[in-house]
Amino acid sequence: MRRTGSYSATSALAVLFLFPLVWSGWSSLKGQPGSGQTNGYGFGNYSRMAGFGEGLTSYLTNSLLVSTMTVAGTLVVSALGGYAFARFAFPGKNLLFLATLAILMVPYATILIPLYVLLGKIGLQNSLVGLSLVFVMFQLPFALYMMRNSFEAVPRELDESALVDGCGTFRAFTLILLPAVRPGLVTVGLFAFLASWNDFLAPLILLNDGASFPLPVAVWSMTQRTFGAIDYGMLEAGVMVMAIPCLLLFIVLQRYYVRGFMSGALRG
Amino acid sequence: MTRLASPRAGRDLDEVAARAAHARGRPRSRKYIGLLYAAPTALIVGVLFLAPLALVVWMSLNKWPLLGQARFNAPDNYTKISDDPLFVDSVWFTLKYTVIITVLLSAVALGLALLVQNRRPGVAFFRTAFFLPGAVGFAAASLLFYGMLNPDFGPLGFMDVKWIGTPNMALFSTIALVLWRFAGFNMLILLTGLQAIPVQVYEAARTDGATRWQTFTKITLPLLRPTIALMLILSITGSLLAFDQFFIFTNGGPDNSTVSMVMVIYRNAFFRFDLGGAAALSVVLLAALVALNALQLRVLRGGDK
Repeated sequence: MRRTGSYSATSALAVLFLFPLVWSGWSSLKGQPGSGQTNGYGFGNYSRMAGFGEGLTSYLTNSLLVSTMTVAGTLVVSALGGYAFARFAFPGKNLLFLATLAILMVPYATILIPLYVLLGKIGLQNSLVGLSLVFVMFQLPFALYMMRNSFEAVPRELDESALVDGCGTFRAFTLILLPAVRPGLVTVGLFAFLASWNDFLAPLILLNDGASFPLPVAVWSMTQRTFGAIDYGMLEAGVMVMAIPCLLLFIVLQRYYVRGFMSGALRG
Repeated sequence: MTRLASPRAGRDLDEVAARAAHARGRPRSRKYIGLLYAAPTALIVGVLFLAPLALVVWMSLNKWPLLGQARFNAPDNYTKISDDPLFVDSVWFTLKYTVIITVLLSAVALGLALLVQNRRPGVAFFRTAFFLPGAVGFAAASLLFYGMLNPDFGPLGFMDVKWIGTPNMALFSTIALVLWRFAGFNMLILLTGLQAIPVQVYEAARTDGATRWQTFTKITLPLLRPTIALMLILSITGSLLAFDQFFIFTNGGPDNSTVSMVMVIYRNAFFRFDLGGAAALSVVLLAALVALNALQLRVLRGGDK
């Protein structure tokens, strides 16, 4: 009895949690008066979105560029840094590690205003490269911590023997250590992608030209119409374009997500 | 979890590398090799974190318009903070929101975690279902709710409720949005804590004839304390920095009733073109959160003992 009761309660809750996603997908395909899909079901809302503002392809390209640069940047910087912290002694080591972890202590929203000014000074204001570098910085505490621990988990004998055999540290790093820390790299890459793909406040502040907006800001701007009605069908189509890659990635890479979660994706 | 790598081990490897290099006739210049690998990290942290951190303090001491020349005017940006009614209101509103959401989020997350803590058929599906909203970006989730709670477009139109039409309803709807988006996330935090409790403890309680409620209050909750503390820290700091849900979903309305602190910073910078004032607010918020973080970490450490 108790078991059935608990099962039905859990199932009802699961329906409640899944409902908004299902509704959003359904209404992005459904006909709405005044939307791209006026009757029946189809991709009318999506094709209307393709022509919204600077065009869907432009926003999608911006989002993909920012995410790719962020993931690549985070992987390169944190893998090299993690190797340094796991295997070498060097001047300022502890200080640099503490400074990196301090990024977690400082609320992200409070340094975006100076970052806006600073990026302007180095010619990276309103630039997707500048935005990606900012994302790399925000990812760094988790990524560096994760990669350092991954490298430390690899037995030292593995790369030491390579070094004794006359292999340089960089070759030992690329040929022997990197393949051994692949799970760590996947986790770091996954979190870097989700953060950069979804973030709203950083592009809102750091970019000021509609043509360089990534998806979250572009889709939000659909709700900021000064005249005429908001096209809700197109809005939910936009939500789906943002959400589907994340949902798929999460389902495929769930194991890595939970792994990152356990090792403190939230704080070091 | 491992702490900092022992310097001893690092030196060992340097020596091995140096010896190997020496064997190949290269000079012993291995001391700075590690620094070379850490250089990109140092560059990013220096230029994009430490420099803006210093800059925000400097900006807060200047009249710093969006365009044009900055001029030193300390401490005007700080003294005028209390004259800004929008900011004062936003502080109270953000605190109120933080208290409400932290209590509700913890309760819901704990309930969900208890429902799915045991391995049984279908539990993996339930866990995924509860967590799935957390995989969607928060901006996307806010936009989703913006459409879903629109009386004309959404599925709840028949209820004839203005979901973001009055200050109380706007807060209520935002809480629903945040619970939906973050309950599974917090459930996952609690599950990691629940699974760390040894089965033997529960078995011993059962042998001693403890009721389910006694087991929960006397064993589960006390042993879960550090995990609950972590969840509270994340919820409190996250809520104090609330932006997306109020900027996108309620747009601060109605009548500026749902304006959060970070929204005021954004408005001062990009609508009033007063970067100095925005920087001063940032410094205040930053100091408050760093202090809060330090305090909470101490409480958390105390809980571990």
